[in-house]
Amino acid sequence: MTPEEIYRELIKHSQIEWVEGAKLPVTSATSGDPFLVVPAAKILEIAKVLKTREEFSFDCLSSLTAVDRFANQRFEVVYHLFSYKHRHNVTLKIYLERGDTAHLSTVESLWGCANWFEREVYDLFGIKFDQHSDLRRIMLPDDWVGHPLRKDYKEQEDYHGIATTRPPLIQ
Amino acid sequence: MGELRTQEMLLNMGPQHPSTHGVIRFVVKTDGEVMTTAVPDVGYLHRSIEKIAEKATYHGFMPWTDRVDYLAAMNCNYTYALAVERLAGIETSRRAEFLRVISMELNRIISHLLAVGALGMDVGAYTPFVHGLREREKVNDLIEELCGQRLTYNYARVGGVIYDMPPGWDKKVLSFINQFEPLLEEFNRLLTDNKILIHRLRGIGVITKEDAINYNLVGPNLRGSGVKWDLRKDIPYSVYPEFDFEIPVGTGEGGALGDCYDRYMVRIKEMRESCKILRQCFEKIPAEGEAQVKVPKKVRPPAGEVYVRTESTRGDLGCYLVSDGSDKPYRVKFRAGSFTAMSIVEKISRGMMIADLVAFIASLDVVAPEIDR
Repeated sequence: MTPEEIYRELIKHSQIEWVEGAKLPVTSATSGDPFLVVPAAKILEIAKVLKTREEFSFDCLSSLTAVDRFANQRFEVVYHLFSYKHRHNVTLKIYLERGDTAHLSTVESLWGCANWFEREVYDLFGIKFDQHSDLRRIMLPDDWVGHPLRKDYKEQEDYHGIATTRPPLIQ
Repeated sequence: MGELRTQEMLLNMGPQHPSTHGVIRFVVKTDGEVMTTAVPDVGYLHRSIEKIAEKATYHGFMPWTDRVDYLAAMNCNYTYALAVERLAGIETSRRAEFLRVISMELNRIISHLLAVGALGMDVGAYTPFVHGLREREKVNDLIEELCGQRLTYNYARVGGVIYDMPPGWDKKVLSFINQFEPLLEEFNRLLTDNKILIHRLRGIGVITKEDAINYNLVGPNLRGSGVKWDLRKDIPYSVYPEFDFEIPVGTGEGGALGDCYDRYMVRIKEMRESCKILRQCFEKIPAEGEAQVKVPKKVRPPAGEVYVRTESTRGDLGCYLVSDGSDKPYRVKFRAGSFTAMSIVEKISRGMMIADLVAFIASLDVVAPEIDR
Protein backbone atom coordinates (compact mmCIF):
# COMPACT_ATOMS: atom_id res chain seq x y z
CA MET A 1 0.00 0.00 0.00
CA THR A 2 1.11 3.55 -0.62
CA PRO A 3 1.08 6.04 2.27
CA GLU A 4 -2.09 7.61 0.80
CA GLU A 5 -3.88 4.26 0.81
CA ILE A 6 -2.70 3.56 4.33
CA TYR A 7 -4.14 6.85 5.47
CA ARG A 8 -7.49 6.11 3.83
CA GLU A 9 -7.56 2.71 5.48
CA LEU A 10 -6.80 4.35 8.82
CA ILE A 11 -9.84 6.62 8.47
CA LYS A 12 -12.07 3.67 7.65
CA HIS A 13 -11.06 2.03 10.86
CA SER A 14 -13.95 3.20 13.06
CA GLN A 15 -12.09 3.32 16.36
CA ILE A 16 -9.94 6.20 15.23
CA GLU A 17 -12.41 9.02 15.26
CA TRP A 18 -9.84 11.77 15.43
CA VAL A 19 -9.18 11.68 11.72
CA GLU A 20 -12.81 11.99 10.62
CA GLY A 21 -13.32 15.24 8.87
CA ALA A 22 -9.73 16.21 9.31
CA LYS A 23 -7.83 17.44 6.34
CA LEU A 24 -5.73 14.92 4.54
CA PRO A 25 -2.43 15.25 6.33
CA VAL A 26 -0.51 13.40 3.65
CA THR A 27 2.10 15.91 2.72
CA SER A 28 3.62 15.14 -0.59
CA ALA A 29 6.54 17.43 0.04
CA THR A 30 7.97 19.32 -2.92
CA SER A 31 10.41 16.46 -3.32
CA GLY A 32 11.16 13.18 -1.63
CA ASP A 33 8.97 10.87 0.41
CA PRO A 34 5.42 11.67 1.56
CA PHE A 35 4.52 11.39 5.25
CA LEU A 36 1.50 11.38 7.54
CA VAL A 37 1.15 13.96 10.29
CA VAL A 38 -0.27 12.43 13.43
CA PRO A 39 -1.49 14.22 16.60
CA ALA A 40 1.00 13.69 19.43
CA ALA A 41 -1.63 12.44 21.87
CA LYS A 42 -2.68 9.65 19.49
CA ILE A 43 0.65 8.18 18.53
CA LEU A 44 0.46 5.06 20.69
CA GLU A 45 -3.08 4.32 19.53
CA ILE A 46 -2.22 4.71 15.88
CA ALA A 47 1.01 2.81 16.20
CA LYS A 48 -0.89 -0.07 17.77
CA VAL A 49 -3.37 -0.14 14.89
CA LEU A 50 -0.58 0.01 12.34
CA LYS A 51 1.30 -2.82 13.99
CA THR A 52 -1.47 -5.22 14.87
CA ARG A 53 -4.04 -4.93 12.09
CA GLU A 54 -3.55 -7.46 9.36
CA GLU A 55 -3.78 -5.07 6.41
CA PHE A 56 -0.95 -2.90 7.80
CA SER A 57 1.27 -5.36 9.71
CA PHE A 58 4.04 -2.87 10.40
CA ASP A 59 6.21 -5.27 12.35
CA CYS A 60 9.39 -3.22 12.07
CA LEU A 61 10.18 0.25 13.33
CA SER A 62 12.92 0.99 10.88
CA SER A 63 13.95 4.33 12.30
CA LEU A 64 12.85 6.87 14.87
CA THR A 65 14.39 10.28 14.92
CA ALA A 66 13.61 13.97 15.21
CA VAL A 67 14.17 17.20 13.31
CA ASP A 68 14.43 20.63 14.88
CA ARG A 69 12.45 23.10 12.77
CA PHE A 70 13.83 26.15 14.45
CA ALA A 71 12.15 28.65 12.13
CA ASN A 72 8.70 27.17 12.85
CA GLN A 73 9.45 26.71 16.55
CA ARG A 74 8.62 23.04 16.50
CA PHE A 75 10.15 19.60 16.78
CA GLU A 76 9.22 16.91 14.33
CA VAL A 77 9.47 13.36 15.58
CA VAL A 78 9.72 11.01 12.61
CA TYR A 79 8.83 7.32 12.57
CA HIS A 80 9.75 5.14 9.61
CA LEU A 81 7.67 2.01 9.73
CA PHE A 82 8.17 -0.98 7.54
CA SER A 83 6.32 -4.25 7.04
CA TYR A 84 8.25 -7.40 6.17
CA LYS A 85 4.98 -9.09 5.40
CA HIS A 86 3.50 -6.66 2.88
CA ARG A 87 6.74 -4.91 1.99
CA HIS A 88 5.27 -1.46 2.31
CA ASN A 89 6.44 1.45 4.39
CA VAL A 90 5.03 4.61 5.83
CA THR A 91 6.48 7.68 7.49
CA LEU A 92 4.69 9.17 10.49
CA LYS A 93 5.43 12.62 11.80
CA ILE A 94 4.52 14.36 15.00
CA TYR A 95 4.72 18.09 15.47
CA LEU A 96 5.64 19.16 18.98
CA GLU A 97 6.02 22.64 20.33
CA ARG A 98 9.69 23.41 20.59
CA GLY A 99 11.10 23.64 24.09
CA ASP A 100 12.17 21.72 27.15
CA THR A 101 8.68 20.51 27.94
CA ALA A 102 8.16 18.69 24.64
CA HIS A 103 6.98 15.18 25.39
CA LEU A 104 5.01 12.32 23.88
CA SER A 105 4.16 8.73 24.59
CA THR A 106 6.68 5.95 24.11
CA VAL A 107 6.08 3.16 21.60
CA GLU A 108 8.48 0.84 23.39
CA SER A 109 5.70 -1.64 24.15
CA LEU A 110 5.18 -2.23 20.42
CA TRP A 111 8.72 -2.28 19.05
CA GLY A 112 11.65 -3.30 21.23
CA CYS A 113 14.15 -1.18 19.35
CA ALA A 114 12.16 1.97 20.19
CA ASN A 115 13.72 1.93 23.64
CA TRP A 116 17.15 2.95 22.36
CA PHE A 117 15.85 5.14 19.54
CA GLU A 118 13.85 7.17 22.03
CA ARG A 119 16.78 7.46 24.39
CA GLU A 120 18.82 8.84 21.52
CA VAL A 121 16.16 11.39 20.63
CA TYR A 122 15.89 12.36 24.29
CA ASP A 123 19.63 12.76 24.55
CA LEU A 124 20.18 14.79 21.40
CA PHE A 125 16.94 16.80 21.24
CA GLY A 126 15.61 16.79 24.80
CA ILE A 127 12.21 15.41 23.86
CA LYS A 128 10.81 13.34 26.72
CA PHE A 129 8.98 10.07 26.25
CA ASP A 130 6.29 9.34 28.83
CA GLN A 131 6.26 5.89 30.44
CA HIS A 132 9.64 5.05 28.96
CA SER A 133 11.25 2.31 31.05
CA ASP A 134 14.76 3.73 31.11
CA LEU A 135 14.94 7.30 29.86
CA ARG A 136 18.60 8.18 30.30
CA ARG A 137 21.11 9.85 28.05
CA ILE A 138 22.70 7.31 25.72
CA MET A 139 25.48 9.04 23.79
CA LEU A 140 26.52 11.83 26.16
CA PRO A 141 27.40 11.73 29.85
CA ASP A 142 24.47 12.03 32.26
CA ASP A 143 25.55 15.47 33.46
CA TRP A 144 26.05 17.00 30.03
CA VAL A 145 24.32 20.35 29.57
CA GLY A 146 22.14 20.90 26.52
CA HIS A 147 20.96 18.82 23.60
CA PRO A 148 23.42 19.00 20.70
CA LEU A 149 21.16 18.42 17.72
CA ARG A 150 19.00 21.43 18.51
CA LYS A 151 19.68 24.22 16.07
CA ASP A 152 20.36 26.77 18.82
CA TYR A 153 22.70 24.50 20.80
CA LYS A 154 25.68 26.22 22.37
CA GLU A 155 28.38 23.91 23.67
CA GLN A 156 29.36 24.55 27.28
CA GLU A 157 32.83 26.00 27.64
CA ASP A 158 34.20 23.28 29.84
CA TYR A 159 33.15 19.91 31.14
CA HIS A 160 34.50 19.01 34.59
CA GLY A 161 37.33 21.48 34.12
CA ILE A 162 38.28 20.17 30.68
CA ALA A 163 38.01 22.82 27.98
CA THR A 164 35.79 21.83 25.05
CA THR A 165 37.66 24.08 22.65
CA ARG A 166 41.35 24.32 21.98
CA PRO A 167 43.58 26.78 20.22
CA PRO A 168 44.15 26.12 16.52
CA LEU A 169 47.09 23.86 15.73
CA ILE A 170 48.47 26.34 13.21
CA GLN A 171 48.39 30.05 14.02
CA MET B 1 28.60 -28.78 54.91
CA GLY B 2 26.38 -25.77 54.57
CA GLU B 3 25.04 -24.55 51.30
CA LEU B 4 27.44 -22.46 49.28
CA ARG B 5 26.11 -18.95 49.06
CA THR B 6 26.97 -16.72 46.17
CA GLN B 7 26.58 -13.02 45.98
CA GLU B 8 25.61 -10.92 43.00
CA MET B 9 28.50 -8.93 41.66
CA LEU B 10 28.61 -5.90 39.41
CA LEU B 11 31.40 -6.00 36.85
CA ASN B 12 32.58 -3.61 34.19
CA MET B 13 33.45 -5.18 30.90
CA GLY B 14 35.10 -2.53 28.80
CA PRO B 15 35.18 0.29 27.69
CA GLN B 16 38.58 -0.96 26.58
CA HIS B 17 38.13 -4.69 26.56
CA PRO B 18 39.68 -6.63 23.68
CA SER B 19 36.45 -8.46 22.94
CA THR B 20 34.05 -5.52 22.88
CA HIS B 21 35.06 -4.66 19.29
CA GLY B 22 35.62 -1.01 19.93
CA VAL B 23 34.95 1.22 22.85
CA ILE B 24 31.80 -0.19 24.42
CA ARG B 25 31.16 -0.79 28.08
CA PHE B 26 29.01 -3.55 29.45
CA VAL B 27 27.75 -3.34 33.00
CA VAL B 28 27.55 -7.01 33.84
CA LYS B 29 25.66 -8.35 36.82
CA THR B 30 26.93 -11.79 37.64
CA ASP B 31 26.16 -14.57 40.00
CA GLY B 32 29.29 -16.65 39.73
CA GLU B 33 29.98 -17.37 36.07
CA VAL B 34 26.39 -16.79 35.07
CA MET B 35 25.19 -13.30 34.28
CA THR B 36 21.91 -11.87 35.42
CA THR B 37 22.11 -9.17 32.78
CA ALA B 38 24.62 -7.32 30.68
CA VAL B 39 23.62 -3.71 30.07
CA PRO B 40 25.49 -2.09 27.18
CA ASP B 41 26.68 1.44 27.76
CA VAL B 42 27.62 3.16 24.53
CA GLY B 43 28.61 6.65 23.49
CA TYR B 44 32.34 6.61 24.15
CA LEU B 45 33.03 7.32 20.48
CA HIS B 46 30.25 9.77 19.81
CA ARG B 47 31.55 12.44 17.43
CA SER B 48 28.27 14.04 16.42
CA ILE B 49 28.59 13.19 12.76
CA GLU B 50 24.97 14.21 12.31
CA LYS B 51 25.69 17.67 13.72
CA ILE B 52 28.75 18.03 11.50
CA ALA B 53 26.54 17.23 8.51
CA GLU B 54 24.49 20.32 9.22
CA LYS B 55 27.60 22.48 8.98
CA ALA B 56 29.08 20.90 5.84
CA THR B 57 27.94 21.14 2.25
CA TYR B 58 26.41 18.13 0.51
CA HIS B 59 29.71 17.31 -1.18
CA GLY B 60 31.75 18.28 1.85
CA PHE B 61 30.06 15.77 4.10
CA MET B 62 31.14 12.84 1.94
CA PRO B 63 34.45 12.12 3.78
CA TRP B 64 32.57 12.02 7.08
CA THR B 65 30.38 9.19 5.91
CA ASP B 66 33.50 7.00 5.90
CA ARG B 67 33.66 7.38 9.65
CA VAL B 68 30.15 6.09 10.23
CA ASP B 69 31.31 2.53 9.66
CA TYR B 70 35.02 2.39 9.02
CA LEU B 71 34.85 -1.27 8.00
CA ALA B 72 32.24 -0.64 5.33
CA ALA B 73 33.08 2.88 4.20
CA MET B 74 32.12 2.13 0.59
CA ASN B 75 28.60 1.25 1.62
CA CYS B 76 28.23 4.35 3.79
CA ASN B 77 29.55 6.58 0.99
CA TYR B 78 27.10 5.04 -1.39
CA THR B 79 24.09 5.30 0.93
CA TYR B 80 24.63 8.99 1.51
CA ALA B 81 25.32 9.66 -2.18
CA LEU B 82 22.15 7.78 -3.08
CA ALA B 83 20.11 9.82 -0.62
CA VAL B 84 21.37 13.09 -2.10
CA GLU B 85 20.80 11.83 -5.64
CA ARG B 86 17.23 10.76 -4.88
CA LEU B 87 16.46 14.10 -3.34
CA ALA B 88 18.14 16.17 -6.01
CA GLY B 89 16.99 13.97 -8.91
CA ILE B 90 20.46 13.17 -10.20
CA GLU B 91 20.92 10.17 -12.50
CA THR B 92 24.29 8.46 -12.60
CA SER B 93 25.80 6.57 -15.50
CA ARG B 94 25.50 2.80 -15.75
CA ARG B 95 29.24 2.33 -15.58
CA ALA B 96 29.41 4.32 -12.36
CA GLU B 97 26.76 2.08 -10.81
CA PHE B 98 28.80 -1.00 -11.71
CA LEU B 99 31.91 0.54 -10.21
CA ARG B 100 29.96 1.26 -7.05
CA VAL B 101 28.70 -2.30 -6.82
CA ILE B 102 32.19 -3.70 -7.40
CA SER B 103 33.64 -1.53 -4.66
CA MET B 104 30.81 -2.35 -2.26
CA GLU B 105 31.07 -6.09 -2.77
CA LEU B 106 34.84 -6.00 -2.28
CA ASN B 107 34.12 -4.08 0.90
CA ARG B 108 31.62 -6.72 1.99
CA ILE B 109 34.21 -9.47 1.59
CA ILE B 110 36.84 -7.74 3.69
CA SER B 111 34.37 -6.67 6.32
CA HIS B 112 33.09 -10.22 6.73
CA LEU B 113 36.66 -11.54 6.73
CA LEU B 114 37.45 -9.37 9.70
CA ALA B 115 34.15 -10.27 11.38
CA VAL B 116 34.61 -14.04 11.20
CA GLY B 117 38.32 -13.76 11.94
CA ALA B 118 37.71 -11.63 15.00
CA LEU B 119 35.00 -14.00 16.13
CA GLY B 120 37.49 -16.84 15.93
CA MET B 121 39.95 -14.80 17.92
CA ASP B 122 37.38 -13.96 20.59
CA VAL B 123 36.64 -17.61 21.21
CA GLY B 124 40.33 -18.50 21.26
CA ALA B 125 41.50 -19.24 17.72
CA TYR B 126 44.15 -16.77 16.69
CA THR B 127 45.40 -18.24 13.40
CA PRO B 128 42.23 -17.77 11.32
CA PHE B 129 42.24 -14.09 12.26
CA VAL B 130 45.69 -13.71 10.74
CA HIS B 131 44.55 -15.58 7.63
CA GLY B 132 41.60 -13.25 7.37
CA LEU B 133 43.79 -10.19 7.73
CA ARG B 134 46.18 -11.47 5.07
CA GLU B 135 43.35 -11.74 2.54
CA ARG B 136 42.00 -8.39 3.69
CA GLU B 137 45.35 -6.82 2.89
CA LYS B 138 45.18 -8.11 -0.67
CA VAL B 139 41.78 -6.51 -1.18
CA ASN B 140 42.98 -3.33 0.46
CA ASP B 141 45.81 -3.22 -2.08
CA LEU B 142 43.25 -3.50 -4.86
CA ILE B 143 41.07 -0.80 -3.38
CA GLU B 144 44.09 1.42 -2.87
CA GLU B 145 44.78 1.15 -6.58
CA LEU B 146 41.19 2.12 -7.24
CA CYS B 147 40.81 5.13 -4.96
CA GLY B 148 44.08 5.72 -3.14
CA GLN B 149 42.90 4.81 0.33
CA ARG B 150 43.01 1.72 2.48
CA LEU B 151 40.38 2.39 5.12
CA THR B 152 38.43 5.60 4.66
CA TYR B 153 37.89 5.19 0.95
CA ASN B 154 35.78 8.23 0.19
CA TYR B 155 35.16 6.73 -3.25
CA ALA B 156 31.52 7.34 -4.10
CA ARG B 157 30.44 10.82 -5.06
CA VAL B 158 27.13 12.48 -5.70
CA GLY B 159 26.61 11.54 -9.33
CA GLY B 160 28.92 8.54 -9.50
CA VAL B 161 32.40 7.71 -8.24
CA ILE B 162 35.54 9.78 -8.11
CA TYR B 163 37.82 7.66 -10.36
CA ASP B 164 37.25 5.08 -13.01
CA MET B 165 39.12 1.82 -12.48
CA PRO B 166 42.73 1.79 -13.64
CA PRO B 167 43.56 -0.28 -16.77
CA GLY B 168 44.07 -3.96 -16.03
CA TRP B 169 42.53 -3.66 -12.57
CA ASP B 170 39.65 -6.02 -13.37
CA LYS B 171 42.15 -8.80 -14.14
CA LYS B 172 43.74 -8.31 -10.76
CA VAL B 173 40.42 -8.52 -8.97
CA LEU B 174 39.47 -11.65 -10.89
CA SER B 175 42.75 -13.31 -10.06
CA PHE B 176 42.17 -12.43 -6.41
CA ILE B 177 38.73 -14.07 -6.53
CA ASN B 178 40.21 -17.12 -8.23
CA GLN B 179 42.61 -17.69 -5.37
CA PHE B 180 40.19 -16.53 -2.67
CA GLU B 181 37.39 -18.99 -3.38
CA PRO B 182 39.47 -22.14 -2.80
CA LEU B 183 41.02 -20.43 0.19
CA LEU B 184 37.56 -20.00 1.68
CA GLU B 185 37.27 -23.79 1.66
CA GLU B 186 40.53 -23.99 3.54
CA PHE B 187 39.28 -21.38 5.96
CA ASN B 188 36.24 -23.55 6.55
CA ARG B 189 38.41 -26.57 7.26
CA LEU B 190 40.46 -24.50 9.66
CA LEU B 191 37.68 -22.73 11.52
CA THR B 192 34.12 -23.42 10.46
CA ASP B 193 34.27 -27.18 10.89
CA ASN B 194 36.33 -26.85 14.02
CA LYS B 195 34.67 -28.76 16.84
CA ILE B 196 35.68 -26.25 19.49
CA LEU B 197 34.26 -23.33 17.53
CA ILE B 198 31.01 -25.17 16.88
CA HIS B 199 30.65 -25.98 20.56
CA ARG B 200 31.40 -22.44 21.57
CA LEU B 201 28.73 -21.05 19.24
CA ARG B 202 26.03 -23.67 19.01
CA GLY B 203 22.85 -22.80 20.86
CA ILE B 204 24.39 -19.63 22.31
CA GLY B 205 22.63 -16.28 22.10
CA VAL B 206 19.58 -17.57 20.29
CA ILE B 207 17.57 -14.75 18.74
CA THR B 208 14.15 -15.80 17.55
CA LYS B 209 12.64 -14.53 14.34
CA GLU B 210 10.13 -12.40 16.26
CA ASP B 211 12.79 -10.83 18.45
CA ALA B 212 15.00 -10.15 15.47
CA ILE B 213 12.23 -8.21 13.75
CA ASN B 214 10.97 -6.56 16.91
CA TYR B 215 14.43 -5.28 17.78
CA ASN B 216 15.04 -4.33 14.17
CA LEU B 217 18.07 -6.51 13.64
CA VAL B 218 19.30 -6.28 10.08
CA GLY B 219 21.66 -7.92 7.64
CA PRO B 220 23.42 -11.16 8.59
CA ASN B 221 22.03 -10.96 12.14
CA LEU B 222 18.49 -10.96 10.82
CA ARG B 223 19.17 -13.61 8.21
CA GLY B 224 20.85 -15.75 10.83
CA SER B 225 17.49 -15.90 12.57
CA GLY B 226 15.98 -17.40 9.45
CA VAL B 227 14.42 -14.33 7.85
CA LYS B 228 15.18 -14.37 4.15
CA TRP B 229 15.53 -10.67 3.61
CA ASP B 230 18.16 -8.78 1.71
CA LEU B 231 17.57 -5.30 0.35
CA ARG B 232 19.75 -6.08 -2.65
CA LYS B 233 17.10 -8.59 -3.71
CA ASP B 234 13.92 -7.45 -1.98
CA ILE B 235 13.97 -3.69 -2.51
CA PRO B 236 16.54 -3.59 -5.29
CA TYR B 237 18.68 -0.55 -5.89
CA SER B 238 21.55 0.25 -8.24
CA VAL B 239 22.20 -2.58 -10.74
CA TYR B 240 21.69 -5.44 -8.30
CA PRO B 241 18.59 -6.88 -10.06
CA GLU B 242 20.85 -7.87 -12.98
CA PHE B 243 22.89 -10.30 -10.91
CA ASP B 244 22.21 -13.88 -10.03
CA PHE B 245 23.05 -14.65 -6.41
CA GLU B 246 21.65 -16.43 -3.40
CA ILE B 247 20.68 -15.05 -0.02
CA PRO B 248 22.08 -17.32 2.68
CA VAL B 249 19.93 -17.69 5.77
CA GLY B 250 20.42 -19.43 9.09
CA THR B 251 19.37 -23.06 9.08
CA GLY B 252 20.03 -24.04 12.66
CA GLU B 253 22.80 -26.39 11.57
CA GLY B 254 24.81 -25.59 14.70
CA GLY B 255 22.01 -26.41 17.08
CA ALA B 256 19.29 -23.80 17.28
CA LEU B 257 17.98 -21.42 14.64
CA GLY B 258 19.31 -17.93 15.24
CA ASP B 259 22.27 -18.90 17.42
CA CYS B 260 25.78 -17.50 17.10
CA TYR B 261 26.81 -20.25 14.69
CA ASP B 262 24.02 -19.33 12.27
CA ARG B 263 25.08 -15.70 12.19
CA TYR B 264 28.66 -16.78 11.65
CA MET B 265 27.70 -19.14 8.82
CA VAL B 266 25.64 -16.51 7.02
CA ARG B 267 28.74 -14.31 6.79
CA ILE B 268 30.88 -17.15 5.48
CA LYS B 269 28.32 -17.96 2.81
CA GLU B 270 27.82 -14.32 1.88
CA MET B 271 31.48 -13.94 0.97
CA ARG B 272 31.02 -16.62 -1.66
CA GLU B 273 27.95 -14.84 -3.03
CA SER B 274 29.90 -11.58 -3.21
CA CYS B 275 32.53 -13.34 -5.32
CA LYS B 276 29.74 -14.46 -7.62
CA ILE B 277 28.43 -10.90 -7.96
CA LEU B 278 31.93 -9.59 -8.67
CA ARG B 279 32.46 -12.06 -11.50
CA GLN B 280 29.16 -11.03 -13.09
CA CYS B 281 30.05 -7.36 -12.65
CA PHE B 282 33.15 -7.70 -14.76
CA GLU B 283 31.22 -9.55 -17.44
CA LYS B 284 28.47 -6.97 -17.68
CA ILE B 285 30.18 -3.66 -17.03
CA PRO B 286 29.65 -1.35 -20.01
CA ALA B 287 32.87 -0.25 -21.68
CA GLU B 288 31.67 3.30 -22.16
CA GLY B 289 30.35 5.81 -19.66
CA GLU B 290 31.69 8.43 -17.35
CA ALA B 291 32.62 7.72 -13.75
CA GLN B 292 30.84 10.81 -12.52
CA VAL B 293 28.09 12.67 -14.31
CA LYS B 294 28.12 16.45 -14.35
CA VAL B 295 26.94 17.70 -10.98
CA PRO B 296 26.82 21.35 -9.91
CA LYS B 297 29.63 22.44 -7.59
CA LYS B 298 26.99 23.28 -5.03
CA VAL B 299 24.19 20.77 -4.91
CA ARG B 300 20.93 22.33 -3.79
CA PRO B 301 18.20 19.71 -3.59
CA PRO B 302 14.67 21.12 -3.33
CA ALA B 303 13.16 21.27 0.15
CA GLY B 304 11.95 17.86 1.15
CA GLU B 305 13.10 14.69 2.75
CA VAL B 306 14.03 11.19 1.79
CA TYR B 307 14.75 7.95 3.64
CA VAL B 308 17.07 5.61 1.77
CA ARG B 309 17.97 2.09 2.83
CA THR B 310 20.75 -0.03 1.41
CA GLU B 311 22.26 -3.35 2.36
CA SER B 312 25.56 -2.53 4.01
CA THR B 313 27.83 -5.28 5.34
CA ARG B 314 26.20 -4.95 8.73
CA GLY B 315 22.79 -4.88 7.10
CA ASP B 316 20.18 -2.29 6.35
CA LEU B 317 21.82 1.12 6.54
CA GLY B 318 19.25 3.88 6.50
CA CYS B 319 19.99 7.48 5.67
CA TYR B 320 17.31 10.05 6.48
CA LEU B 321 18.09 13.28 4.71
CA VAL B 322 16.14 16.51 5.13
CA SER B 323 16.79 19.45 2.86
CA ASP B 324 15.61 23.02 3.28
CA GLY B 325 16.70 24.03 -0.19
CA SER B 326 20.10 25.43 0.79
CA ASP B 327 23.48 23.93 -0.08
CA LYS B 328 23.81 22.27 3.33
CA PRO B 329 21.74 19.34 4.59
CA TYR B 330 19.20 20.43 7.19
CA ARG B 331 19.32 17.12 8.99
CA VAL B 332 21.11 13.84 8.30
CA LYS B 333 20.38 10.73 10.29
CA PHE B 334 22.16 7.41 9.87
CA ARG B 335 20.17 4.48 11.14
CA ALA B 336 22.83 1.85 11.50
CA GLY B 337 22.60 -1.89 12.06
CA SER B 338 25.01 -2.02 14.98
CA PHE B 339 22.89 0.38 17.00
CA THR B 340 19.85 -1.85 16.97
CA ALA B 341 21.93 -5.02 17.29
CA MET B 342 23.30 -3.60 20.52
CA SER B 343 19.88 -2.84 21.96
CA ILE B 344 18.97 -6.52 22.04
CA VAL B 345 21.99 -7.54 24.15
CA GLU B 346 20.32 -6.71 27.44
CA LYS B 347 17.42 -9.02 26.66
CA ILE B 348 19.37 -11.97 25.29
CA SER B 349 22.18 -11.87 27.85
CA ARG B 350 20.00 -12.93 30.78
CA GLY B 351 21.31 -16.17 32.22
CA MET B 352 24.24 -16.37 29.84
CA MET B 353 27.81 -17.23 30.85
CA ILE B 354 30.33 -14.40 30.68
CA ALA B 355 32.46 -16.33 28.19
CA ASP B 356 29.39 -16.76 25.99
CA LEU B 357 28.69 -13.03 26.05
CA VAL B 358 32.04 -12.56 24.30
CA ALA B 359 31.00 -14.99 21.57
CA PHE B 360 27.57 -13.39 21.35
CA ILE B 361 28.90 -9.86 20.84
CA ALA B 362 31.41 -11.12 18.28
CA SER B 363 28.66 -12.90 16.36
CA LEU B 364 26.63 -9.68 16.18
CA ASP B 365 29.60 -8.02 14.43
CA VAL B 366 29.06 -4.59 15.92
CA VAL B 367 31.30 -1.68 15.02
CA ALA B 368 31.47 0.97 17.73
CA PRO B 369 31.36 4.12 15.56
CA GLU B 370 28.29 2.78 13.84
CA ILE B 371 26.54 2.58 17.20
CA ASP B 372 27.58 6.04 18.31
CA ARG B 373 28.12 7.92 15.05
